[in-house]
Amino acid sequence: MTTTNSKSISSTKNQDSKILQFIQEVQALTLRLFLQLLRRPSTLVAGILQPLIWLVLFGALFENAPTDFLPGGIGYGRFLGAGIIVFTAFSGALNAGLPLMFDREFGFLNRLLVAPLQTRSSILFSAVIYIATISVLQSLAIMGAAFLLGYGWPNFLGFILVLLTLLILIFGVTSLSLGLAFALPGHIELIAVIFVVNLPLLFASTALVPISFMPAWLGWLASINPLTFAIEPIRAAYCGSLDLGSVLVHAPYGDITGYGCLFLLTVLSIGLFFIIRPLLNRKLI
Amino acid sequence: MPLVELRDLEKSYGAVKALRKLTLEIPQGSLFGLLGPNGSGKSTTLRILCTLLEPDSGEVTFAGQNVLLNSREVRRNIGYVAQEIAIDKILTGRELLQLHGDMYHLQRKYRDGRIKELIALLDMSEWIDRRSGSYSGGMRRRLDLATGLLHEPELLVLDEPTVGLDIESRSKIWSLLKTLRKEGKTILLSSHYLEEIDELSDKMAIIDSGRVIAQGSPEELKNKLGDNKVTLKVREFSTKSEGEKVKDLIKDLNGVHDLVINYSQGCSLNFFVDDSESLKLLRSKLDVEGIDIFSLSESRPSLDDVYLHATGQTLMDAELEVASKRDLKKEAKEAMK
Repeated sequence: MTTTNSKSISSTKNQDSKILQFIQEVQALTLRLFLQLLRRPSTLVAGILQPLIWLVLFGALFENAPTDFLPGGIGYGRFLGAGIIVFTAFSGALNAGLPLMFDREFGFLNRLLVAPLQTRSSILFSAVIYIATISVLQSLAIMGAAFLLGYGWPNFLGFILVLLTLLILIFGVTSLSLGLAFALPGHIELIAVIFVVNLPLLFASTALVPISFMPAWLGWLASINPLTFAIEPIRAAYCGSLDLGSVLVHAPYGDITGYGCLFLLTVLSIGLFFIIRPLLNRKLI
Repeated sequence: MPLVELRDLEKSYGAVKALRKLTLEIPQGSLFGLLGPNGSGKSTTLRILCTLLEPDSGEVTFAGQNVLLNSREVRRNIGYVAQEIAIDKILTGRELLQLHGDMYHLQRKYRDGRIKELIALLDMSEWIDRRSGSYSGGMRRRLDLATGLLHEPELLVLDEPTVGLDIESRSKIWSLLKTLRKEGKTILLSSHYLEEIDELSDKMAIIDSGRVIAQGSPEELKNKLGDNKVTLKVREFSTKSEGEKVKDLIKDLNGVHDLVINYSQGCSLNFFVDDSESLKLLRSKLDVEGIDIFSLSESRPSLDDVYLHATGQTLMDAELEVASKRDLKKEAKEAMK
C-alpha cells in the first residue's frame, strides 16, 4: 500500500472550493443516474411510448365529441397535448423517489450518507436534472407526435415557456417524491402513495377538460391543483399568439393570468422543497 | 489521546436496548477488534461512530472532535465498510470507485491514481471494468474495502468484513489488514469470529448485550485467565444435572478457579488450576465419589474461554440464543430510519 506520500499531497488530495465540491457531487450522482438509464434503456423507451399512446387513444376517444366546451373552439387533440405533456413530466417526477427508496432499502444510500457531502440536497438536484432531461425528451416526442397529428407546434418563445414550466413543476414534485422516499417506511408504501396521487391529480386538473365543463366542486379542486397551473401556460403556448398577461384560468375564486399561473406554480414548488429539506437532513447534517 | 472515544452510549430500537452505557477507547494506530455475538450491539456502535445513527445519549469523539457536531469533518476522515454489501449492480467496479471519490471530493488526478493503486493492491484488474452485478461475494468485499480505503481515511471501520466469504477471499482480506496494521493505520473491526479477532487485532473489546464486558489485547485477556485451562468430562455427553453435580463437587477444591459449565460441549467443566497439585486433589476427590473421568485435558486458554468466563456461555450459545429472539426484518426497518 503506497501511503507514504499521503501527507505531503494532502493539499492536492481534496477539492477545496465548496462550490466545486457541490458541483462535483451533483455531477457524479447525475452521471450514475444516466449510466443506469443508458444501460437499462427500457424505462426510457416505455416512458416515451406511454404518453404517445395516451395522446393517440385519448385524442381518438374524444375526436367526435362536440368541441364547443373547449376554449377558443380548438380541437380536442390540440387541447389535450398540453395536458399529456404536463402529466407525463409530473408522473416522471413523482416516481423520482423510487430509485432513492431502493437505494435506501439495499443500503446503497448509506454510502452517500457516510460521505462528507456538501449538502444532501445534491441528491435532490441530481434527481431533478435527470428527470428534467427525460421529461424534455418525452415532451419533444409528444410535441412531435402532436405536430404529426395536426395539432400544431408552439413558436420559439412558446417552446421555451414549455421547458421552463416543466422545470418548475419537476423541481417541486421531485422534492415531494424524494421527501416521501425518506419519510415512508418502504417502497410498498411509496408506490401506494404514488398510485393514489397520480391519476386523481390528473382528473382533478384541466388536463382533460376545462374548468367550465366541471361540476363546481371539481372546479374548485382543479383550480388549486398545481398541474392546472402548469398545463394552462403550456396550452396557451399552443394557441397561437402567446400572451401570458391574459386570463388563462377562470377559477371559482377569481381569474388567474398566465403569469399568475407561473407564479403560483413557483411558490408551490419552492414551498415543497423547503418542506422536504428537513427530511433529507433528518439523519444528522 | 485515543483517536476515538465512545462514552456511555445508549441506543434503543423501540423496546429493544441495543447499547447500554457502552464505553470504549480506540488508540491511534491500533487494529481494534470488537468481538461479540450477532445482536450484541457491534453494528449499532459502528453506525453511530460513522454518523449513520444518532445515539439516544452519550458522547462520541473522533480526534478530539464531537462527532455529532462536526459530522462532515469526521465523515471525511473515516472509511466505513458496512456489513451489508451494497453496490449498484449496473455500474462497473471502477465507476463505483469514481463515484465514491467524487462523494469525498477527491481531485480527479488523485482519485484516478488511488483507484489504480487499489486495483493493484486488491488484485482487481481482471474484473474491475465488468458490471458489479456479476461479482462474487469475495470480489464485492474487495471492492467494498477499496471504497473504504480510497480517500485514505484516518480510521478504517469494517463491520464483519469476512462473513460468508470463501477461504481464499478471507485470507486475502486478512493479509491486507495485516499490511495496513503494519503501516500503522487505525482500524476498527467487528466480528463474531473468534479466530479473526485473535489473529488480527492488537487491542480488543468483548461486547455483550450492548456493554463492554472485557477489553485489552487478546494475549492479556487470555493471560488473565491463567495458564492452565482444564477441560473435564466425566462422560462424552453429560446431562445438565450431571454437569452441575460435578461442578458442586470440585468448586471448592483448593487452587481451582473460574469454573463454568460449557453447555455447548456436552456439559463439560471448564476451569483453571494454579498447579498440578490441584489436579491431584481433583482426581482423588472424584475417585472417592466413584466418578470416572472420561477425559481431562489441559491447554492454553483461547478467546472463546475469555468469552465463556466473562459471560457464562460460549459465543456460539450466545449466537443461537440471540438468533432465536431477533426480528431481523424489524431491525432492518428501524435501521433505515
